[in-house]
Amino acid sequence: MSITVDPIITILPPLLAIPFIVFFGERYRNLREASIIVAACILFSFNFFLYQQFLEGALLQSEKFTFFNGLTLFLKAEPIGIIFGLLASFLWIVTTIYSIGYMRGHNEAHQTRFYTCFAIAIACVMAAAYSGNLLTLFVAYEAITLSTYPLVTHAGHAKAKRAGRIYIGVLMGGSIFLLMPALIVTWWLTGTTDFVAGGVFNEVNISPLFVTLLLCLMVFGTGKAALMPFHGWLPNAMVAPTPVSALLHAVAVVKTGVFLIIKIVVYIFGFDLIAQTNAAEILLYFAAGTILLSSFIALKKDNLKARLAYSTIGQLAYIVLAALIANARAIEGAALHIVSHAFGKITLFFCAGAIMVASHKTLVSELAGLGRKMPYTFAAFFIAAISIIGLPPLVGVLSKFVIIEGIIDSQYDWLIIVLIISSLLNIAYLLPIPFTAFFKEAPIDSVGANTHSVIKEAPTACLIAISITATGCLVLFFQIEPIVHLLSFIETASNTGE
Amino acid sequence: MFFNNHFSVLLVVLPLMAAPICVILRSSKASWLVALISNLVIVLLSLSLLSHVINGNVVRYELGGWAAPTGIEYYIDGINAILISVVSIISLATLVYSKQSIRKEIAQPRHYLFYAGWLLCLTGLLGILITGDAFNVFVFLEISSLSMYMLIALGRERRQALVAAFRYLILGSIGASFILLGIGFLYAATGTLNMSDIAERLPLVNGSRTVIVGFSFITIGLLIKTAMFPVFSWLPNAYQFAPSAVSSFLAGTATKVSLYIFLRFFYHVFGTDYSFGNLLLGNILLPLAVVGFFVMSVVAVFQTDIRRVLAYSSIAQIGYIFAAISMATEQGLTAGIIHIINHAFIKTALFISVGCILYRYGTANINQLGGIMKSMPWTCAAFIIAGLSLIGVPLTAGFVSKWYLISAAIDSGWWLIAAMILMSSLMAIIYIGRIVEVFCFKNSEAEGVAKVKEAPFSMLLPLWFLIIVSVYTGINGDVVVDLAKFSATQLLDNLPGLNNPVGNPL
Repeated sequence: MSITVDPIITILPPLLAIPFIVFFGERYRNLREASIIVAACILFSFNFFLYQQFLEGALLQSEKFTFFNGLTLFLKAEPIGIIFGLLASFLWIVTTIYSIGYMRGHNEAHQTRFYTCFAIAIACVMAAAYSGNLLTLFVAYEAITLSTYPLVTHAGHAKAKRAGRIYIGVLMGGSIFLLMPALIVTWWLTGTTDFVAGGVFNEVNISPLFVTLLLCLMVFGTGKAALMPFHGWLPNAMVAPTPVSALLHAVAVVKTGVFLIIKIVVYIFGFDLIAQTNAAEILLYFAAGTILLSSFIALKKDNLKARLAYSTIGQLAYIVLAALIANARAIEGAALHIVSHAFGKITLFFCAGAIMVASHKTLVSELAGLGRKMPYTFAAFFIAAISIIGLPPLVGVLSKFVIIEGIIDSQYDWLIIVLIISSLLNIAYLLPIPFTAFFKEAPIDSVGANTHSVIKEAPTACLIAISITATGCLVLFFQIEPIVHLLSFIETASNTGE
Repeated sequence: MFFNNHFSVLLVVLPLMAAPICVILRSSKASWLVALISNLVIVLLSLSLLSHVINGNVVRYELGGWAAPTGIEYYIDGINAILISVVSIISLATLVYSKQSIRKEIAQPRHYLFYAGWLLCLTGLLGILITGDAFNVFVFLEISSLSMYMLIALGRERRQALVAAFRYLILGSIGASFILLGIGFLYAATGTLNMSDIAERLPLVNGSRTVIVGFSFITIGLLIKTAMFPVFSWLPNAYQFAPSAVSSFLAGTATKVSLYIFLRFFYHVFGTDYSFGNLLLGNILLPLAVVGFFVMSVVAVFQTDIRRVLAYSSIAQIGYIFAAISMATEQGLTAGIIHIINHAFIKTALFISVGCILYRYGTANINQLGGIMKSMPWTCAAFIIAGLSLIGVPLTAGFVSKWYLISAAIDSGWWLIAAMILMSSLMAIIYIGRIVEVFCFKNSEAEGVAKVKEAPFSMLLPLWFLIIVSVYTGINGDVVVDLAKFSATQLLDNLPGLNNPVGNPL
């Protein structure tokens, strides 16, 4: 008795919100933001509905749309996609609440354009999350790049323009130069781009070198995963308003990149092929290198958002690494890390933005003594930092743990050392921030007064959002079971009742 | 759709008759109306023709009732039926656009001459496409070229326009003469001018030096006419200094029609095996094509006038098409034809949007157009969409082209060529991105530009029509792909339904 639900319902709410956003505009800004929150809540409930239907065994697939020459575009929900969809839509609600505080507190211009592009980007992320084949995912991937370009260049000054150039250059250039040929080769070899459990290359006889090359093209072509040396766009994109950095450049956009890599490993190549051909080994070095290098760079960055950006690059490399290990446990870890890192990093970015709105400080070295003025913000920062580092009782520890289990199952034991060193480095670059804020004395200006005396806690809307995501880090530690349960439905040909 | 054999001759006769009517009327508005109505009828006729031919029919029309080898025969199969439709649709769109645009570019008393020239040019282009007679191709080529020189010379920067027209005249005439000489040699060798007939008789004499010389003359003549690298020098100036309506029309049609002659001669008349297998045309074309699209894309990056950026990009696109054609496989030929169709629509749309900007701002210099997105949102949006299509972003027509080009290259085992095509796409990101960035953000030095109105509706209408066509063919790519596949197989199969000779004795 399987019923069919079309995942396209998840693309509609953000798109339908756009006429309202434009109509209400700057004149009725409360209504404008209210309509986004309503759309976001509807979107989340749709995603939740899909999740429930999936558990009940419904077929979650859209009609196949014929593109050309037998190529099709369609949507199909599978466990990782559902998790990604739920995550992105939930955090969209929170980010919108946060944006209200941030954008108004910061007096940003062109807010209507900002919210419109944001909604389009979310719709594209949903299309990516539920894409039924690699071509659909590729189309959504490009659409995300284009719809977020105006967000990156939002400020319109020379630095934003430069960031936009790098953004388009790396993301679109990479995807057209590397990902698209890989896609065409896949199509040329197999006649399909569908996501098939166990991979699509089973029928074709290809050499290990070729598989390695194809995998490299796809992984490096996915610039959004920010694997070094294709990471340069991410720190530059931090010039965008903080809600963008928080939701898009810590969660939705970058996670689309790693999501794509997970999908190709599981459903295009398949575990067996990667294990037989050892195709992923060279990429594992790149991922491990990225983890360590980005942490070292983060240590040296004084700009708070830049430090968080490099931390994101490192954490994304965790997910890429876990995906490339290509066993069931590691994939589970990768999917969990998408969730746990999302909650942790979005909180950190929210805090960075709140600090900027309240005190106009962007450098870590300026934060001394600020903790007493903004206790809630820095408390949340501390919680999220602990989660990213991977200490209990926060969700970050679970995903790291599962990734390590995945590594133990594999032949690449040495990666554990990389992960441990990285965790230590995480401590070194994240924890000093709340500690300076709380325990260092605020600088005294020439008159002898405390320079922070006029600074107040961040706007309430920001604090609400921060507390939701920080609580999320904590709650998920105890309530991870539903996600793990959902992940057990991942179909891999090699999966023997995991 | 209703179809009659006489439709084919009407396609040529109609614009040919309408042109002198324009001259007699001497009024700007009336001659525009005459041109528009005749063009509208031509579009309908061409679509009717296309729907007839696409069922596998081949139209052979004996002009004046004189049988083929003696008289002139019109010969229409898949490839030219498609291109006839494309050319007439683009001509219609640019004609609608021209009404407003030439007001600022051409003096009122010359308007009727402009429309008369336009109609003659259309006559020539359609004639080339429709005829089955080799000498007739040359005649129509001259009709279209001569009227084209005249149209270019009408450009608003008079001096440069005249020089551009003169350069085009010199090179174009050399190209046309080469083609004529080539046809002459073929006539000497085979004793016939009918193309199907030549195709039939060539295998009997194809070892002869006469045929090889004729082949070479035609090749070089066509390379000049298509503005293939390295004989492209007439094109950038012509596109830049012609009236904007003319450059839009030219960009979509002129080189495409020359490409058609190329396809017709080397796939049909000489035969694929002879051209590519025996005389190794591919070995000459491919390096030129690859160097061409790569170098021209790089050159496009460094231009300051948007029209020149687009002109060099056009030469690069011709390089893509030649690269695809010279693979001499069904895949490659399909890719080439797809790109001929898609690029015609895309480039025309791009030139029209630049024309709209030119209409309001009087300049197409990239340094003086900072932040015009605000005053001309529709025009700029159209430019951006067409630009994305040129890059090959999914859900635009350009993606279908790129997909086919690359898979055709991979299919032939030419991995390096595929990589070069992709590299050149990266260049497209740069030269389009550069313009879009200027449109969206104010230049710091120029402090932006004066606020102007959006382009008039009659200019936006054809622009957005072309944009919708190119997006539609990008989303529902099968429309173009099926047509291209059909005509590619028809060309390669040595034309079924004809008493063609069996293959090549060599």
